[in-house]
Amino acid sequence: MKQAESTGTLAGQKAFSYFPGCSLHSTAREYDVSARLSCEALGIELKELEGWACCGASSAHSTNELLAVSLPARDLKRAGEVGLPLVAACAMCFSRLKIASHELQNNDMRKLVQTVIGQEIQKTARVVHLLEVVDSRLDAIPVKKPLTELKVACYYGCLLVRPREKVAIDDAENPQLMDRLVRKLGAEPVAWAFKTECCGAGLPLARPDIVLKLCHRILAQARQAGADCIAVACPECHSNLDTHQEEIRARYGDDARVPVVYFTQLLGLALGLSVQQLHLDKHLTDPVPVLSSKGLA
Amino acid sequence: MARIGVFICHCGSNIAGSVDIARVLEAARKMPQVVYVEDNKYTCSDPGQASIRNAVKAHRLNRVVVAACSPRMHEKTFRKTVEQAGLNPFLLEIANIREQDSWVHSDDKERATEKAIEIVRLAVAKVARNYELYARQISLTKRALVIGGGISGIQAALDIANAGHEVVLVEREPTIGGRMAQLDKTFPTLDCSACILTPKMVELAQHNRVVLFTYAEVQSIKGFVGNFEVEVRQKARKVNHTTCTGCGTCWQKCPEKVPSEFDLGMGQRTAIYIPFPQAVPTKPVIDTEHCRYMKYQRFVASGEEDKKPPQCRVCEKLCPTGSIDWEEQDRVFTEKFGAIIVATGYQTFDASAYGEYGAGMYPDVISGLQLERLMCASGPTGGEVKRPSDGAHPKTVVFVSCVGSRDEAKCRPYCSKVCCMYMAKHAIMLREHDPEVQCYIFYIDIRAGGKAYEEFTRRAQEEYGAIYLRGRISKIYQEGKKLVVLGEDSLIGRPVELSADLVVLATGMEPSSGVVELAQKLNISYDTNQFLVEAHPKLRPVETQSDGIFLAGACVGPRDIPDSVAQGSAAAVKAAALFSQDYITTDPMTAMVDISRCTGCLLCTQVCPFKAISTQALRDGRVVASVNEGLCKGCGLCAAVCRSKAIDLRGFTNQQLFAEVTSLWQ
Amino acid sequence: MQTVETITPLPQSRLSGYVQKHSGQNPLRCYQCGKCNAGCPVAYAMDLGPRQVMRAVQLGLKDHVLSSNTIWVCLQCQVCSARCPMEIDIARVMESLRLLAILEGYPVPEKDIELFHRIFLEVVRRHGRLHELELGAMYNVRSGHLTANAGLLPQLLSRGKLSVLPTTIRDARAVREIFARAEAESRKAPAAES
Repeated sequence: MKQAESTGTLAGQKAFSYFPGCSLHSTAREYDVSARLSCEALGIELKELEGWACCGASSAHSTNELLAVSLPARDLKRAGEVGLPLVAACAMCFSRLKIASHELQNNDMRKLVQTVIGQEIQKTARVVHLLEVVDSRLDAIPVKKPLTELKVACYYGCLLVRPREKVAIDDAENPQLMDRLVRKLGAEPVAWAFKTECCGAGLPLARPDIVLKLCHRILAQARQAGADCIAVACPECHSNLDTHQEEIRARYGDDARVPVVYFTQLLGLALGLSVQQLHLDKHLTDPVPVLSSKGLA
Repeated sequence: MARIGVFICHCGSNIAGSVDIARVLEAARKMPQVVYVEDNKYTCSDPGQASIRNAVKAHRLNRVVVAACSPRMHEKTFRKTVEQAGLNPFLLEIANIREQDSWVHSDDKERATEKAIEIVRLAVAKVARNYELYARQISLTKRALVIGGGISGIQAALDIANAGHEVVLVEREPTIGGRMAQLDKTFPTLDCSACILTPKMVELAQHNRVVLFTYAEVQSIKGFVGNFEVEVRQKARKVNHTTCTGCGTCWQKCPEKVPSEFDLGMGQRTAIYIPFPQAVPTKPVIDTEHCRYMKYQRFVASGEEDKKPPQCRVCEKLCPTGSIDWEEQDRVFTEKFGAIIVATGYQTFDASAYGEYGAGMYPDVISGLQLERLMCASGPTGGEVKRPSDGAHPKTVVFVSCVGSRDEAKCRPYCSKVCCMYMAKHAIMLREHDPEVQCYIFYIDIRAGGKAYEEFTRRAQEEYGAIYLRGRISKIYQEGKKLVVLGEDSLIGRPVELSADLVVLATGMEPSSGVVELAQKLNISYDTNQFLVEAHPKLRPVETQSDGIFLAGACVGPRDIPDSVAQGSAAAVKAAALFSQDYITTDPMTAMVDISRCTGCLLCTQVCPFKAISTQALRDGRVVASVNEGLCKGCGLCAAVCRSKAIDLRGFTNQQLFAEVTSLWQ
Repeated sequence: MQTVETITPLPQSRLSGYVQKHSGQNPLRCYQCGKCNAGCPVAYAMDLGPRQVMRAVQLGLKDHVLSSNTIWVCLQCQVCSARCPMEIDIARVMESLRLLAILEGYPVPEKDIELFHRIFLEVVRRHGRLHELELGAMYNVRSGHLTANAGLLPQLLSRGKLSVLPTTIRDARAVREIFARAEAESRKAPAAES
């Protein structure tokens, strides 16, 4: 099995197959919209992978290992046929796709997966995360409206930085990719210790207590570090951190209101796009007041 | 014509129990050129050896085979026996019918006997082709080089000097003293480290048989035991140490302040400096990177037109003896030595590799050695324990053990041995500094094997109130002025969260930087952790595989002070024993080059593990291999790779080995 | 909390071997330093911490491990694996234990978590993609937590963050077949006996 076109730098790559993932078509539409608009402005062509299916997320991975590889394998095969590197925006999809392409290197696993998907896998696409793509052309970002005075806590979560060998795009304890981007956009990334602490992942329905506790810690730390907002690169992290702030305040008696935005929204803002275009007005914890106070909205 | 005698040993029942000695005797009697056979209950005993001597005379034997135990056991014994009988000691062969036969085939006497006969047959075939070999004697320089001026190197140098031999000690820092000089107190006695170390430093510096080169490094090493030639680079100090009196005016007045290496960044020094007040020598060096005048000179040399930095030269103006020498350059000189002691010691692990602990990010997360400097009366805070961020006195102090130890993910799988002890020491000392201090020590196992060590760690808990929590810390982060420490008490099985004023990382030991390059220059081995390798981990702990090169202290592995001192003395004894001889006898079983056959491909020089083969140019212009018998260990690699069969090994010639092999089917 | 009862170490059980084979991790490398427990964000909600799970695997205490809630509460955040000084991928060990518990039909102490995963996969099986509204509604009905997160519904709908209708991909049948075959193949997987 070939892993297609892993040669060539990301910086030189103009077009990508795009894997939005399920959330970006519903709860995380603002991530999808801001990613597409920002990429367009940067001259990055995103071609949505036709007929993509769900990666299985943590549910497949928690209950059936073979399914957890087979679902992304189908997408990897399709992307391999297109021949462009496959860029994922969702950290969960990215992680599952990346781990699956790793597992497919194993001959026994690949044979088993081929039986399951009923197709032979001859070629898969190289999997990258949108953050890596943007970072690869950091110097070329034409910042029109610098995000001056905006203090941003960059939150990477788990899935972009762990496990080291199979997935990580940056250091697991103090990653810098997003911080670098935020600095380039004219904002100030704050130093804080919870960049890669877990938000509670897929447990908000089954164990909301866990999600509230973990998100409370993260929000409190970001606020303490002086952040005006948190930037994320994952719809699950976003949903956990953004949607439950009322409950967290109620439960922990702690005024932890911190807007949570996608890094693509900050990027778009600096590229001159509007709050409405970037769906910055769609979050449950409204970032517009703090953006306005800095003259950014 | 060879007249071979074969002596078969019963070794009590060790051999006779599983080998039919009578049959071996019978078979040996019929082997070519064998004129005499006999068996003995114990051939190595006095009567056994006498019997060999008598038989040599009575039967005019000129070759001897002893069929007995491994040659590692008694080859030397029997060489001496035949020598006493008037034969060259190398006209002897040992047939190992014990380790390689009777012991491993005790369940099958028939086949063990057959194998014994074959082994004897090989030895007979070989000994018939043995010829006389003579050991060579090489003169030696009775002068030792000690590399590294820590406590181990100091001890080694003092012991050699006191044994009556000259010693040169080379230290790359501006002072001797090593890590021990940085410690405040030592466990388990709580002796003041400087108080017991500095007298030794002074004694060394004043010893009339010791020459000290500080701020100097070994650049290259040539030669072999007894005859090493070492190039030493004396780094430019920019201060004339012959005229300098060490009055201290310069380092008191120098305006340029930089973080002190000796204080591990906890304090500052000047650009012209001595590392600490009791440094030996008490004469300064100029840090050319930071010195204002040196910076000015570099600026002028760069040809830039911008604002010139100040020239400064305060030290030069104020020096009462005119000892500042801006023109001084590095100086390289060659010295001859008979023995070398490597005592390069250790450095502490750089904890910034642990992102989750925030070392290097949070000022109040410090290493154990940094805490030593904060507690030391002559340290940057005058012995007052003040935390780096705001100078406050810490009340809650958390210790994290095994930072850079027992951690395969950080490529440090080994235990650093001293950290458990120094954490207990710190807990005791912090309480003595301030009774309000509460120490929490996160440990994994308390390793306190040593005289009075276990009792010491008990005292830390029982008398000084240190709380020991079993578990490795996972994360440290700052919250306001406090550091939050996330750990576990695995004995109770619950997560622990502590809010600390100061966190001390018990960083482990790793070999000093540059030790690999030095080992390569010396041609001695190092292990996967870059610690140097002993000739035998139990029985030859201070020797290396290279004759005349010895090891001492933490360059071999994590050591505490008593062990390092003991090793320094042990290595000194090895060097002194070498110097008690007037010449060195070399093993004659070395490689030799037939220059008429050598094609000069020099493959042998690449495979020789002892760098014993060099080249020589013949009169006809050909370049051929040449073996240095002082370095050759007779391993035979060169003989094996030589394509033109120009290299042979004395005592193991191709002819001898082929004779052995072909004897099997004759 | 577990009640205090005597345990009998069964180092010869096949649990350790199963874990090693399935996860590629050697549980015997663990020396119980506790860094995993110390850093685990959900250790407080577990009856056994990851360190205790590793210990129980070493001792062959299969029932102890497979009936713990740990293997279900584990978020797979991988902090334990990333920081383990012995480079054991503990999260992967958790995963292999959870799959074994499912395979051998151990009762699930975290019913809601299991139900969530089941419904999630049912939705994906139906449409080839997730439909979040359907997942939430089905979960609330079947778990009996009828109002869970319902308060968020108006806000999410008004912001256009929830699609009322699912998107079904064109060859959703192929995805359904992947589910069916993956389940069939998984049942053939080797189990640990003890």
